[in-house]
Amino acid sequence: MSELKPRIRVEYTKNATIITFTDEKILEERDVRALQEAVMHVVEQSGPINLILDFYNVRFLSSAVLGLLLRVSKRVYEAGGQLRLCNINPKIYEIFKITRLTRVFDIYRDALSALEGLE
Amino acid sequence: MGSQTPVSYSVVLESRPSAAEEVCRRILRELEDRGYSSDDIFAVHLALEEAFINAVKHGNKGDMGKIVNLEYTISADKVEIRVVDQGQGFDLTQVPDPRCDGNLFKPSGRGVLLIQAYMDEVDYNETGNAVRMVRYKRRPV
Repeated sequence: MSELKPRIRVEYTKNATIITFTDEKILEERDVRALQEAVMHVVEQSGPINLILDFYNVRFLSSAVLGLLLRVSKRVYEAGGQLRLCNINPKIYEIFKITRLTRVFDIYRDALSALEGLE
Repeated sequence: MGSQTPVSYSVVLESRPSAAEEVCRRILRELEDRGYSSDDIFAVHLALEEAFINAVKHGNKGDMGKIVNLEYTISADKVEIRVVDQGQGFDLTQVPDPRCDGNLFKPSGRGVLLIQAYMDEVDYNETGNAVRMVRYKRRPV
């Protein structure tokens, strides 16, 4: 039987929506798909959205998650919003560096600094 | 104090994304027992996931009737893993660099790059349906 658990936690602040991934490992395609559906659902409910994706709990991910982030990013920017990532642990940040996705994503130390300057 | 005896294992897996879960756990546990660092374990975990997914998706093209062969040897100073699928293989020189501007926003195509970045030796057989990858144990800083 497949395990049912919350994969994201959503927090609405004045200037942004913060989505925190609750899984420690994001690996399998079906997990990535479920996660993408959950995130896209939040994005599509809003108009232009300032979205912060918080990786505080995430200790491991595969390249499929990078694809998810790129798809979410496209959707957010097409709708006139902004996407910021935060709380990425050093091992995972290395993956972003190797793939040069540090040039694509705005990455912040934590949710507080990611919130700065958003209107 | 970890075990110093090399361990080798070979397994035939179903061609579906989650089929390597158990063997992956076993490899990571063996590495931990032998005192490999968390960086080593992270690297091998990532490379193994990417290689297995490539075998299932791109090698066997999602055909659940096919299989993936996985072999590994872990010794005190290195881990060697071989993943073989039943596909037609691919030409490494034809794989686009995902770091180029034109590919940077594409949602896929980063697995091969990550395997090469995290493992010390990576080679493919002539057909391109088997990858052998090695990571040497890092000395503690």
